Amino acid sequence: AYKRFSELLPKEERENACSARVPKSQILMLPELRANPFQHRICHVFSTSETRDDSMSFEDFLDMLSVFSDSATSDIKSHYAFRIFDFDNDGTLDRKDLEQLVNCLTGQGEESRLSSAEMEQLIQNILEESDIDKDGTINLSEFQHVVSRSPDFARCGDLQR
Amino acid sequence: RDTQQADTEHLSKWKKWRRTSSKSLKKVLGEVKGLSSYLVLWRHDIHSIEGKFGTGIQSYFSFLRFLVLLNFIIFILMFSFVTLPIIISKYGVFNSTIAYISPRIIDDICTIYEPSGDKGLVYFYTYLKDLLSGTGFLEVTHLFYGYYSIDAVWISIMRYNLPLAYLLATFAYLALSFLWIIKRSVEGFKHNLVHDADPFQSYCNKVFAGWDFCITDPHAAQLKHRSLQYELQTDLQEEKLKQKIAERSMVEKLRIYSLRVIINITVIAILSGCFYSIYRVTVFSQENSNDIDNANSQVNLLVQYLPSMVITLANFIGPLIFSFLITFEDYTPAFEIKLTLLRCVFVRLASIGVLLFSLWSQISDCDSDKCEPCGYNYKLYPCWESDVGQEMYKLMIFDFIVILAVALFVDFPRKLLVTHCSCKLIQWFGHKEFEISDNVLEIIYGQTICWIGTFFSPLLPVIATIKYFIIFYVKKIVLIHTRKPAARPIRASSSNFFFLVVLLIGLLLAFVPVGVSIARIPSSKACGPFRNFNTSWEVIPDTILEFPTGLQHVLFGMASEAFAVPFFVI
Repeated sequence: AYKRFSELLPKEERENACSARVPKSQILMLPELRANPFQHRICHVFSTSETRDDSMSFEDFLDMLSVFSDSATSDIKSHYAFRIFDFDNDGTLDRKDLEQLVNCLTGQGEESRLSSAEMEQLIQNILEESDIDKDGTINLSEFQHVVSRSPDFARCGDLQR
Repeated sequence: RDTQQADTEHLSKWKKWRRTSSKSLKKVLGEVKGLSSYLVLWRHDIHSIEGKFGTGIQSYFSFLRFLVLLNFIIFILMFSFVTLPIIISKYGVFNSTIAYISPRIIDDICTIYEPSGDKGLVYFYTYLKDLLSGTGFLEVTHLFYGYYSIDAVWISIMRYNLPLAYLLATFAYLALSFLWIIKRSVEGFKHNLVHDADPFQSYCNKVFAGWDFCITDPHAAQLKHRSLQYELQTDLQEEKLKQKIAERSMVEKLRIYSLRVIINITVIAILSGCFYSIYRVTVFSQENSNDIDNANSQVNLLVQYLPSMVITLANFIGPLIFSFLITFEDYTPAFEIKLTLLRCVFVRLASIGVLLFSLWSQISDCDSDKCEPCGYNYKLYPCWESDVGQEMYKLMIFDFIVILAVALFVDFPRKLLVTHCSCKLIQWFGHKEFEISDNVLEIIYGQTICWIGTFFSPLLPVIATIKYFIIFYVKKIVLIHTRKPAARPIRASSSNFFFLVVLLIGLLLAFVPVGVSIARIPSSKACGPFRNFNTSWEVIPDTILEFPTGLQHVLFGMASEAFAVPFFVI
């Protein structure tokens, strides 16, 4: 993993890879993240940079890899997944977050988005299925509850090493 | 990693060793798996197809690969147990000799069989005709049942009972196919169960866990986006449709149900029409091709291929009619697809059944005493198993020719026309999508023919293997050059399971003719390994009677019902 991290750095900084920070544009060139629609959110969630430029240090990089490996528990995965899906960082998944999430899933082009009626129906269904306290948003525990019963979740979060 | 390192310091030496050895074992297993995946046939081709066209189409090609392997294994089985001993003893290897069957001198009439192997000066055209219809020089080769008129093969001092081997090899390949298909479908079934397990949560599951984080190729990512979009849209549409159905008034319900009844009756009428025409054509073809009239040999060839042509026509027109009719029945889209598919499957498999049934009615046509001494119509069919084998051979060759012809003469010109000619009518025709279900039914049909035909023609599996091998490359080329990626990506897991279920239906259907031929219809007295037995099945009771009495009792006990039924249930 260290080797891959240092490959992302420009040559001059490789000596100090342990303490250097890799800018976001470099991270996005990793093959696993390149095709991922959540790439920006992933960088944002795992980055601990004070300047909020979403750059990642080696520890951040390791964190990211360990969460996506198959030895992470589903609790950890669902915790991080919640943070990734929470687009406005307010601690709950409300309608706008869900809408952005669905748009990420279906693709970036204009014709690949669902119509607004379909989106309404879909979000309504999702909230019906997962919102237990009926407050119109999904908080962390509701999310973890839903995800624990989902058979696909464990598989989808595994990057092959 | 830090916590792991901290942990290891506290562990004892034994546990440390276990941990490192399990880690290195995992590594070795991973490398072995990686290496062995290189040995898989066509791994690279199927991978690239998956990347470009999606998992639905990829599942068709892996299904094709599975059939190639299955046919190859069946061929090895039949060859090594049936054909190889004969070849070995013909050339005298291992001090072996053949004991030919001495026919019981019961009724000489039954034993007259002169296959018209080519004698004298023959035209090249006759060879071609024989190759296409399995008669003439092919009839006297290992290809057909009639050649195996051998009682036993003596290899040094051991007696190899050929009739028994023939029968047991037949049972073996049927059982092997059955078990292998079940094994593959169990994996698909488990996947299916899991997917349908929680209907209350399907939307959450799709949205939160829908994205596969392992995708690295942008092309594959685009496919995934499209398939997710399509899945979500179809689910939403189905939900709306279900609501609409629940809100139907009484009058509307009556109207729709009566419409459905009428359409079902129409479908049944069409099917019976097809089957009746297949029956009549087979009878006609059998009657006319037995008058050997060399002057009309082109017409003769056409007449011989008439049943195959009619079946192919029915298989082609049937699905078109069904997909047209089903639009009137107003089902949900998913159910529509399933029902049309079911009807197409029925047409394809039942037409083979009708063909065989009409053949048998000809063979056992016993009015006016035509089959008195021998139990079957010996004048027309002195060696009826070879005839059935020839019919299956013709079906298989014709199927192969049709697939090649469609690829050459329909797909490529269509693509050329659409890309170069800007006439509006042709543009409306458009590029064709890869119809997975049609293609799969085609190969399942071919495979059912192979299963039925192998008893009558032991070398048929090798023809099937070569045929599917060539079809793989033909379909791949057609796919890459003339198809556009489907606008509606299909989920692979459920289709895989469905293909295997239909294949299993084909296999169970194949059990019936083979079983009836073995157990009911008297075997030909003029040819084949079962000349001295009443029916082919009799070999087994005869052999058992030669065992020591203790073993006999055990075997009879096993065969008695009290034991067999619970055994099968378990």
